[in-house]
Order: sequence, then C-alpha cells, then structure tokens
Amino acid sequence: MASKVIQAFYNDDDVLMHAVKKVKAAKHHIEEVYCPFPVHGLDKAMGLAPTRIAITSFLYGCVGLTVAIVMMNFIMIKDWPQDIGGKPSFSYIENMPAFVPIMFELTVFFAAHLMVITFYLRSRLWPFKKAENPDVRTTDDHFVMEIEIHGNEQELKDLLAGTGAVEINISEKNSH
Amino acid sequence: MYTFSNRLKLGSIILMAVGLLGIIGGFVMAPGTVEEAKAMVAAHDDGHEAAASHDSENSHAAAASHEGDHSASHDEHLLDQLKNRPWAALYVAAFFFMMIALGVLAFYAIQRAAQAGWSPLLFRVMEGITAYLVPGGIIVFVILVLSVLHMNHLFIWMDADVVAHDELLQGKSGYLNPTFFLIRAAIFLGGWIAYREYSRKLSLKQDESNDNSNFKMNFRISAAFLVFYLISESIMSWDWIMSVEPHWFSTLFGWYIFASMFVSGITVIAMVTIYLKSKGYLPDVNDSHIHDLAKFMFGISIFWTYLWFSQFMLIWYSNIPEEVTYYVTRIEDYKLPFFGMVAMNFLFPLLLLMNSDYKRINWFVVMAGIVILAGHYMDIFNAIMPSTVGDQWFIGIPEIGAILFFAGLFIFWVFRALSTVPLQPKRNPFIEESRHFHY
Repeated sequence: MASKVIQAFYNDDDVLMHAVKKVKAAKHHIEEVYCPFPVHGLDKAMGLAPTRIAITSFLYGCVGLTVAIVMMNFIMIKDWPQDIGGKPSFSYIENMPAFVPIMFELTVFFAAHLMVITFYLRSRLWPFKKAENPDVRTTDDHFVMEIEIHGNEQELKDLLAGTGAVEINISEKNSH
Repeated sequence: MYTFSNRLKLGSIILMAVGLLGIIGGFVMAPGTVEEAKAMVAAHDDGHEAAASHDSENSHAAAASHEGDHSASHDEHLLDQLKNRPWAALYVAAFFFMMIALGVLAFYAIQRAAQAGWSPLLFRVMEGITAYLVPGGIIVFVILVLSVLHMNHLFIWMDADVVAHDELLQGKSGYLNPTFFLIRAAIFLGGWIAYREYSRKLSLKQDESNDNSNFKMNFRISAAFLVFYLISESIMSWDWIMSVEPHWFSTLFGWYIFASMFVSGITVIAMVTIYLKSKGYLPDVNDSHIHDLAKFMFGISIFWTYLWFSQFMLIWYSNIPEEVTYYVTRIEDYKLPFFGMVAMNFLFPLLLLMNSDYKRINWFVVMAGIVILAGHYMDIFNAIMPSTVGDQWFIGIPEIGAILFFAGLFIFWVFRALSTVPLQPKRNPFIEESRHFHY
C-alpha cells in the first residue's frame, strides 16, 4: 500500500533530538529516523521499546564459555592428553588456569559475533539488500525524520518547519 | 556549602575511638616471649600445635634462622609472626585508606589531563577525598620509619643480621637499604602531596579569576604529575608491598596494585557522591554521572582481575620454585581470603554491575561498592600478611580495630575538607557540559 510521508531533514543531532521531543509532545507518531551515526537517547525520545540485544549478548557469552570449557576438556584431557610445561595431569581442574584465556576469548567471540548476526537478522539486513534510507545524505551528514501523513499535511509542515528542519519533503512510500 | 553534620562527625570519632582501642588491644595481646606465643597458639588451635607451627617455606624465619635447634627456631619464628600481627594489621589498614586517596588523586589527574567534560561537577568531591593523602601518607611514612628503627619485623631485609646470611639480599642491598628506602618514600609522598595541594589551590583560584590561566596550568601540572605518578606508584608498590617478600618479584606488580587503588578510589568517589546527593547537596549531579562512575568500577574490576590472573597464570605455568612460593603460601594458608577476594573483586562486580540500568540505581552501586572495597582490603591483606605473620593470620581485633580507626579518620578528614569550600566549581570551563551530561 502506498502511503504519503513527510520527511524533515536536519543537519545536527542536538536539533534533531529537540525536534523529536517536540513532535512527540504534539502527539504525532514518528515512523522512522535515519541517522548517519547512532544518536544517544534517540530511542528513548522516540518512545521505542528498550532493546533486548544485551540479554542475547549475555546468553551468547554463556554459550561461548560453555563451548570453551567442553572443547578444551575434549581436546586436552579426553581425546589427546598432552604434556605441556611439565603438567601431564589428566585432570581438567588441575589444568584449568591454562584454559582461562581460551574461555575468555570464546566468550567474547561468541557474544560479539552472534550479537552482530542477531542485530542483522532483527533489522532484516543482508548482503545486496536494497537500501531503505530515503536520501543518500543520511549516510553522510543529514538526519531525516519520517512521519506518515493522515490528511494533516499542512499542520505537520508547520510543526516541522518550527523545529529547525533544513528541508521538508513529501513523498510516496511503498512499504509495510 | 556543605556542613559536616554532627552525626557523621560523632560517628567518625566513635569509629576512631573504638578502632584505637582495637589497635591498642592488638599490641597488648601480642606475646612477649616464646612461651607465651606457644601457649597462645596451643590455646587457639585447640591442641593442634604441630600443625600450627608447621612452617611455610618462604616466610621470614626461614631466612632468619641460624644454625641450631630446629624447633627452637620455629618457636622464635612463631613469636615473630605473632608480634608482627598488630603491626601488619595496622600497616594494611593504613596503606589501604592511603591508597584510596592516592587512587582518587590519579583519577582526578586523568580527568584534568584529559580535559574531561563530564566530571568537573565531581572535582570538589575528589579533592575532598585526596585531602586524606596528607594524614594517611604521613601515617604510612611513620610506620615505615618505625620499621626501619626495628620496632617491628615487617620488612625482613631491614634486619642487618638477616642480610648478612643472605646472598640474594646482599645483592639487592644497593637498592633495598633503609636509607634509600626512606628517601624514596619521602620523595614519592612529597610529590603526590605537592601536586594535590597545588592542583587544589589552582582549582579554587579558577573560581575567582577572570581568565582560564589557572585551568590551563592545572592541565599542565596534571599531565606532568601522571608521568611522575606512573613511575613513583610502581616503585612504591615494590618498596612498600613487594619487599615484605624480598626474594620474590613480579614485573607487573605495580600495575596490579594500581588497579586495586584505582578501583577503590573510584568506588569511594561514587559512594561519597551518592551520600552527598542523598543529603540534598550536588543538585546538578545526575544518574548519568553515577552511571559513568559505576562503569569505571565495573571496568577496572575486570582490569584488576586481568592483572591478577596474568600474574598468577605465568607463575603457575612456569612453576619456578622461587616464584611459585608466593602462591603456594597463599593457597595453602590463605585459601579463603585468597579465592574469596577474587569472587568479591571479580564475580560480584561483574554480575551486579553488568546491567546498564543497575549502574544508575544508587543503593545498588553502594552495595556493589562495599563488596569491592572489602575485596580490595583483602587484596592488600593477602599481599602483606603471608610474608609477615604466615599462617598465624586471622581477621580479629587488631585487623578490625585498624580498619575502624582508619575508616573513622578517613571519614573525618574527607568530610571536613568537603565542608571548607562550595561543593560545585563555578568557573570551570567545562562545568556547563558536566551539568548537561546525559547518557
């Protein structure tokens, strides 16, 4: 379904933050904000639900730690016990300090990589995907706030013009 | 202006009085003769005298013992350990509270040198805490002087008799000798206190002046101080802590002690700030400032663990006798404090402060802070005690008394310093940024 949206351009993140607060205060629903870099506090100002990615990160870290423990136990103790540095012990616990760096690294590795993959999946990003941002300038130095129009075009235009927008466009959008 | 409330003043004086009783009690209870020492251990261990007087291989009397009756030297060693205990308890607590002020001073200098925008609101709090460096540093220095005067046997290398029978110590005597030791201590303490006083003066002058010359000067001396601090702190940790075990050495020891003092200092900044805020002072300090301090507490706790483990793993892996004794003693005689400390300094902060929202909950930060401070007291305890009192350690009247005394003195001195000037800097160029700091 094609819908009409209004796009307000800003060239400063502080101006954008104030504009978002003003638009929210006027009880309009902000469809999306496109930024060249993450803006702290924007999600709260837009009223987005808090992210759960930190929880997935913690869980992935636990998976990584477990993998490291099981893997080192299999490699160094069960499958092919090795005598390194005169410690030919067949016990996991007595060799454990040597495995701590591996535990640490795999915890970080799993947490970081799986979190990035989760983020891509959740944001529906994949290689060769067509870019969704309405204007190439949002990858450089401009911020775009997008609001859907429900017959209140002039009212929105006036409101956004008062928030310090450097440019205001109306466009058709074919999505959702 | 903050006024030092009577309740807090009274509380700190009571802490000091009770602590002083504990310290005196510790000295009075220490045995005077070998017979008393043996009787004490026998009574204490309920007849397990054989186990109690079992000697750890790297403690002092091993070096000190002369030819002769083996068990007599053991008994004498036991007496030395028990006599050392009140001194070691005093020294650990004195050093711990001095180290908090020094850690805060380093943190403060970093904020100054980095021209950080978020922290100027907390500068008066930090300056208040570093005020303790003067009495705290002088007390540590006095204890070191008393050690040099052979009032105690904390530093075995100060004993000429021991050095005469020890080739390794003779080789080190060009560096490890009482005169040079005290000269170094005086230079370090003098440098730290001089920077603290001068930076504080410039910080106060900045509020009254019309230009930023004081601020710029403070930036320059802070950068210079950090260079001095890095070197002096490292050497101080070898001198004041590592040398209680003069045969043992670790090349990252300076960093390790630094991590301990840094995280303790930041924790105390957070706690004092939260206390003052709860009393209605520091109105411009918001949750984001506390959040940032808690992030530092979290991060530096992990940094401390990294260094603790780096030191441990290399020594454990190479298993060279003269190095590994350090950990053998601690794991044999200090199992609970040694591993308990890792849980308190690593697991607790890791799990409690991992969640971003918890770092903004003030009482949560205070609770985590108490665990961190107790854990880092244990860190210093574990560094000093095994080499001075061996397996005769206990957290009893001398230890708790010393903690209470220095905690009282610390609170008294810090809050008295806080009450002398307004709690918010007026003309710091970054004060607006700090006021609007948000995450």
